[in-house]
Order: sequence, then structure tokens, then C-alpha cells
Amino acid sequence: MMQFLNSIAPMWPELVVAVGALVLTLWGVFRPDNDREAEVVSWLAILVLGVAGWLILSQPAAGSSLFGGAFIDDGFGRFMKILALGASAAAILLSIDDFRDHKVLKFEYPVLILLATAGMMMMISAGDLLSLYLGLELQSLSLYVVAAFRRDDVRSSEAGLKYFVLGALSSGMLLYGASLVYGFTGATSFAQIAQVAKGANAMANVGLVFGLVFLLVGIAFKISAVPFHMWTPDVYQGAPTPVTAFFSAAPKVAAIALLVRVVTSAFPGIAGQWQQIVAFLAIASMLLGAFAAIGQTNIKRLLAYSSIANVGFALVPLVTNTKEGVQGVLIYMAIYVVMTLGAFACVIAMRREEGSVEEIDELAGLAERNGPMAAALAALMFSLAGIPPLAGFWAKFYAFMPAIKSGYYILSVIGVLASVVGAYYYLRIVKVMYFDKPAKAFLPVRVKVGFVISVSAIFVLLFVIAPSPLVNAASTAAASFRY
Amino acid sequence: MSIANTPILSLVTFLPLVGALLIMLMAGGDDEAGRRNSRWIALWTTIITFAVSLPIWVYFDKANPGFQFVEDREWLGPLHYKMGVDGISMLFVILTTFLMPLCILASWESIDRRVKEYMIAFLILETMMIGVFTALDMVLFYLFFEAGLIPMFLIIGVWGGQRRVYASFKFFLYTLLGSVLMLLAIMAMYWHAGTTDIPTLIDKASFPRDMQWWLWLAFFASFAVKMPMWPVHTWLPDAHVEAPTAGSVILAGILLKMGGYGFLRFSMPMFPLASQEFATLVFVMSVVAIVYTSLVALAQEDVKKLIAYSSVAHMGFVTMGIFTFNQQGVDGAIFQMLSHGIVSAALFLCVGVVYDRMHTREIAAYGGLVQRMPIYAFCFMVFTMANVGLPGTSGFVGEFLTLLGAFKVNSSVAFFATFGVILSAGYALFLYQRMIFGVLDKPSLKAIADMGPREIAILAPLVVLTIYLGVQPAPILDVTGPAVKKLVGQYETAIRTKAAELKK
Repeated sequence: MMQFLNSIAPMWPELVVAVGALVLTLWGVFRPDNDREAEVVSWLAILVLGVAGWLILSQPAAGSSLFGGAFIDDGFGRFMKILALGASAAAILLSIDDFRDHKVLKFEYPVLILLATAGMMMMISAGDLLSLYLGLELQSLSLYVVAAFRRDDVRSSEAGLKYFVLGALSSGMLLYGASLVYGFTGATSFAQIAQVAKGANAMANVGLVFGLVFLLVGIAFKISAVPFHMWTPDVYQGAPTPVTAFFSAAPKVAAIALLVRVVTSAFPGIAGQWQQIVAFLAIASMLLGAFAAIGQTNIKRLLAYSSIANVGFALVPLVTNTKEGVQGVLIYMAIYVVMTLGAFACVIAMRREEGSVEEIDELAGLAERNGPMAAALAALMFSLAGIPPLAGFWAKFYAFMPAIKSGYYILSVIGVLASVVGAYYYLRIVKVMYFDKPAKAFLPVRVKVGFVISVSAIFVLLFVIAPSPLVNAASTAAASFRY
Repeated sequence: MSIANTPILSLVTFLPLVGALLIMLMAGGDDEAGRRNSRWIALWTTIITFAVSLPIWVYFDKANPGFQFVEDREWLGPLHYKMGVDGISMLFVILTTFLMPLCILASWESIDRRVKEYMIAFLILETMMIGVFTALDMVLFYLFFEAGLIPMFLIIGVWGGQRRVYASFKFFLYTLLGSVLMLLAIMAMYWHAGTTDIPTLIDKASFPRDMQWWLWLAFFASFAVKMPMWPVHTWLPDAHVEAPTAGSVILAGILLKMGGYGFLRFSMPMFPLASQEFATLVFVMSVVAIVYTSLVALAQEDVKKLIAYSSVAHMGFVTMGIFTFNQQGVDGAIFQMLSHGIVSAALFLCVGVVYDRMHTREIAAYGGLVQRMPIYAFCFMVFTMANVGLPGTSGFVGEFLTLLGAFKVNSSVAFFATFGVILSAGYALFLYQRMIFGVLDKPSLKAIADMGPREIAILAPLVVLTIYLGVQPAPILDVTGPAVKKLVGQYETAIRTKAAELKK
């Protein structure tokens, strides 16, 4: 038994999360159904994520693979998994008080988040089309349920249904793409696909390219890149805010990681084919995210478009197909996750006696009512806009650096111009908070939410003092791929 | 511990930030005590910063054309935390630290709500402005250059006038749009030269001509907006009109100088070939700015708008002077920037004095002020004359030198630019006549009081400086001279080398 366990040591973090989810299900079922018990389960789930994170950090640096290459443990995967675990833990932390207010504090939520996280970790580590699909579905099915978690709320149910229908469609496309790739290369493992899919023959192999396109379409749905973003604003707006915070962070990390791994380890031989697709997704997402957000009045919808634009920026370095490019993606995602969690934590803190509010105008004059929260949200907004010296600037800096190096000048110019348009709507939130006449005050910010807001605000403000640890970690992680 | 190994530039740069933290933590709430604490902490911080910055001038080695007080620390791989000043940048640091206490004093009574946040914003802004002039790493420079937008955006937007929201957005987005292209250019330079170290890039890097062309344009997009040059100057009148007095002072006194500084620090030494090719374009834009905005200034009904347009015209002399690429022109441009930093700041402070009393910027609302406010009329006259460029005031030296430099290169440019001097006399004297002279017949002005001790304390040093620099420009020119000589020499070498290559 011990021998078996040791032989699958690279997978322990995933096992801990999966087993944790099952044990907590049993625990929840056999304990009384009340708020206190549900909160205990939430904290235990965070503990499970913490243990998994610790196990990931203690993996040998060299990396290894299991099950004939279907499961890969490497620096890249570890970086992304730590991000996904952190984002999931923050999402659980944010949910506790908010769900209690809305009378939906149930033990199923942390369990579902754990299952989704297990799926994400599988996606990040997948080295085979089959393990990729298994991980993706485990994640997606859990996400459909949590989107509709406030089952008495029409918008939440609608969000769940919409997410399910479109998600199922995208999974279908991905599966179709995967089967085409298998059909034309005769392999499901990324390493074997890479061996077949190279050279002039592969570039001209219509079936293979077709498969690649469908694969990318499926993944583009999951990362909500334009033109496959339509579900995002509705689902983000409809889902309970802590769930939206979760959606905008952890699953994005996992899906981006998946995209990076698929294109760089399965299709490096036909890079020219996917580079143009990714470039198009990046440009379309940056532009649409920037322009469509301008007219929004609901802050969750606005942040939904913001997340679309951010995915566009994260894809820019990937286009270059270089080690620096992967490093850029990693840095971008790390900083983005912190910013988006902080921003949604502020949305969760927008509550009055009569309930939560989501209109941007409700933030009016927040600077005079609650200075620290306004300052934190303003810092996050300036950071999302990419204004130095805040962390968001460095994310964009490392996103455009590789693009400039590889000579993607037009792409970069469009990108930075889109970021100026984007700055307009981020500034609008600052304007409402600082320039407008105060509206009614919010209830005091709760400790757990305040903690997430403070951590993210301090991170974006002070990142500039010591940026090297993250940049170096991303550089080491990016070295997992061979170029 | 000698001056050589004291990190004096970091100290000067970040002292205001420490003051901002102190206010944040110690000043208390938004009550009378909190406001008083905020004001005093801010004033003392800026005064101490000024005092600490003076040794930079005192110990500055005038004979050395290179960078001095250099600090260099590891920061992020190839990006270093590197600070230093030379003859071009040193005086801007002093100008910034000198103007800041005056700004805090000017806001003493006129800002009566959210004082704490106001002072914090101003102190953060000071750190960013000093950082722009001391940074010797391009990314560090960009950091300071852009970060200054945030406090200025808030200053205009929170404490500004009627159309403050429009003005603050326009200010922010215009400047940001220009700057992001510069960021891409910085990246391209890094990949080509392998470093972001400014001294290395100035002395060693040589970019191919075609690359210089694009890099020059990208930097130009940023600096032309910041300057501001015609036709991208339209954000400036809006920002000036809506900003509170101290905001206008900083905008005119320091922020506008960043564009000119950028041309001298980046465009001219790093892209000499492109600079030469684009010089004609800059000349045309400068002359249009000088003549056109002077005419526009003549037609203004709003005092601040008039001074704002006159700023654009004066900045036209600066860009013209820089792109003459000779000692007189560049020296004159730097002098003009420093002098304009004092004079236009003083003019905005003068407007602030009457605005605090009457709460209007309409020129028509004033008239005959000399009857009730003789001291004010005197101060205002000194600055008006300096704005006109009367010999004996600091305004003259800069305009004269830039025109002299321009005449050497292109006499028709100098010819048309000289009209600016005549027109500036027109609008400035017309303004003075309408506001100060005439009969004091408006009932609202009957009881207006002359300047109090605080206001005199703000304007007196500026009056002295304006006249002193007008008759004795040597302290400035001695500092800038060697650095400009080196700059011009490097430029000429680059042009000659290229010409020799073409001959082969």
C-alpha cells in the first residue's frame, strides 16, 4: 500500500482535495443542518486546500509524470495549482458571511468548490486529451451547480442553466476537436501528438487543423475569450457574488493553464496555426472587453467585461510561443487573480440593511463614508487599468514585453490602446467613489471580506517594492516547457 | 558620512511619501483638529524636503557634465533602482521642492473639505514628480511619470471647479494615451540594447535609423501631450481652469516641464538621427503653438484659461529651443522651463488670491484692483512683465536664448516665433489693464482686502527670484551649461558619423 502511495506521490495534492471533498460530504451529511456546521465545513475545506498547497510546494523541483504521461507534475503546473488553490480558498472565505445573509449557507458549497478544484488541478496537470477532458468536466459540472446555488433566486437559477447549456455545448466542441485530433494523429497523449503534428505535412493536414480549431474553441468558451464570451456577463451578474468571484479567478487560471499546456506541448509543430487563432482571440477580447464595459451600470457586469478584457491581455504573451511568453502569462494570471478577488470582495461588501446592492451609483461618495474601502477599491481599479506603480502595470508590462521582443508590434499597439479605453471605465468607478455626492452608507465591512480586500489592496500597492520573487518564480515555472 | 555616499536623491524623493503616511496614520479624522494637523504635517514635510534638497545644489559639481549623486541598487533583474541628476535635471528637482511648500500654503484656507486626503495626494504627487527627474532607469522613469497621474486626477476631480469630472478624465486619458506608446518603445529599446539604464543608453546605444524613427514618434506621442504642444494641448486649459489653485500651480510649474525634460533626456541623445529629421515638424508645431495660442489667449474671458493658453505658447519656445540642437537654444529652453515654472506658478497663485475672495475667474468681474490692493497689483505686475518677457525679468533670458538659437538654425522660424513675444505683451498687458487698472466701480469689489501676511509670504520669494534670475542668470546657466554642451556634442557626433557613413 505504502509503495503504491509513494509511486503516485506527484498526485498527492489532487488526492488530498478529492478525498477531502468526499470526507467532508459525509461529515456534512451526518452533522446537523445549520449555519454553524456549514461554516465548520467551510473552514475544513480551506484547511484541505491549504494542505494540498503545502504538498504541492514540497514536490521535488525536477517534476515527473504518471500514467504514461497522462498526468504531469512540473513547475508550470505547480505555479498554476497554487494560484487555483489560493483563489478557491479565498472564494470559500468570501462566501461564508454572504451566504449566511442570504440564508443559503450550506455545507455543499465548500464541497463543490473542492470538487471543482480537484478538476482544475487535473486540467492543469493533464498531459493527455482524456485526462484533460475528465478534469474539465469534473470542474464544469461543479461550477454549473454553484452558479445556481441560490436556488430560490430566479437570476441565479437562470445563470446556472445558461452556464450549463453553453458549457455543455463548448465541452461537446472540445470533445469533437479531441476526437479529430486523435483520428488524424492516432494519439491522445500530448507528447505523441507533438511528434506526429509537425512539419509541412501537419501544417497542411486539414483534419488536424480542424481538430485544433475545435479544441481551441472549447477552451475559449471556458476562458470566456471573444467571440465565445456571451455567457459571461449574464452568468457573472446572475450568480451569487462570492460564486462570481470564484468564477472570475480559479477556473480562469485552470483553463488558461490548460490552453498553454495544450498548445505548447501538443502542437508546437504547428505553432503558426494556433498562433493566429490565439492572436485573434486576444485582440477581440481586449477590444470588446474595453468597449462593452463602458455602458455598464451594474458593477458585476462591468467586472465581467473586465475579466474578458483581462483574458485578452493574458493571451498576448502566449501568442509569441516563447519561454518569456509563458512567463508573461503566469505573471499576468497571478496578479489578475489577486485583483479580481479583491474587486469582487468589495462588491460583496456593498450591502445595506435592505440587502446587497450591485449598481455602480450605489458607490457614490464612498470615500467620505468608508475611506479605507474606497481607497482599496480605487487602488484595485487603477491596478486593473494598468497604471504604475501598481501590480496591474507589471502584469501588462510582462505581457507586452515578449510580444515586443517577438515583433508583434501591431498586436501590442492594439493592446495598449485597448487598455487606455479600459482605463476609462475603471476611472469611472473611482470617480463615483471620490467625486460624487455621498449616497447612503454601507453596513460595516465584515472581517473575512475585509481581510481579502486588505490583502489584495496591499499586494497591488506594495508589489513594486519586491517584484522579483513572483517574476523569478514565473520564470522558473515557464522553464518547464521546451522551446 | 559624506555627501557622496548619502542616498540624498532617494531621501528627497521619498520624504514626501513618509509625510503622506504620517498624515494617513496620525492626523486624525476630518474635524478641525485633523485638518490643522494635516496642514502642518504637510507644510513641514515639504519644507524639510526643500531643505534636504538644497545640498544637492550646493554640492553639485558644475564642471561635471555627467550624472552625480548616483545610487544604484538591484531591483528586478535587468531593471535597476537607479537615481542620479545632471545639469539638466538637478534644477527641476529644486524647482519642485521649492514650489511645494508654496502650494501647501496656497491651499491653507481655500481647501476646507477633505483636507487630509488633499494633503496626502499632494505629497504623493511630489514624490512622483521628483522621481521623474531623478530616475536613471527607463522603467523607473515611466513608473514615476505615470504614477503622478493618479494624485493629479484626484486633485482635479475632488477639489476642482464646475466641470471638474470632464477635466480630470480628459487630463488622465490624454496623458495615458500618449504614454502607453512610450512604454512599448521602452520595451523595444530594452530588447535591442539589452538595458534600460539611461546613462548607458545615452552614451553607448545606437539604434538603427528606421528604429529611431518609430521610437522617436512613440516618445513624441507622450511628451507632446505632456508638454503640451499644439494640437494636443486642449486638455491643458480645461485642467487648469478646473483645478484648485495649487493644482494649477503644480500643473504649470512642474508637470508641463516633464515633456521638455523627456525630449532632452531621451529623444535628443538616444534618437539623434530621428530628432534631426523631425526637427522641422517640431519647429512648425512650435511656431503654430506660439502664434495661434497667443491669439487664442487674447480672446479669453477667464483668467486661468488665458494663463493656460499663454503657457502653451511659452512651451512652444521650449520645444523650438530644444530642437535647434545648439548650446544657446537648449540652454534657453531649460532656462525658459525653469522661469516659466516660477512665473506661471506665480500667476496662478495671484489668480488664487483674488479667486479666494471673489470666487470667480471672470476677467470682467474685476477692475480697478490697484485702488484697494496695491501690494497685489505690484506682485501681479512683476509676473505679468516676466510673462511678457521684459528684459530684467527671468522671462526674457529664456525667450531671448531660444530665439537666438533658432535664428542660427532657421531664421524664418525665429522670425515667426518673435511674433509670440509681441502677442504675449498684448494679452498680458490687456489682462493687467482689465483687472488691475481702471475705476473700481463694481460694488462687490468695494470691500476687497489686500494680501495678508500668508499670501505675501507665498509671493515674495517668487518676486525676488523672478527679478534675480532676470538680471543674474548665471547660477542657472552655469549648472546647465556643461551638461548641455555634452548633449549637443553627442548629438553632433552622431549626425557627423551618419553623414560620413552615407558618403562611403
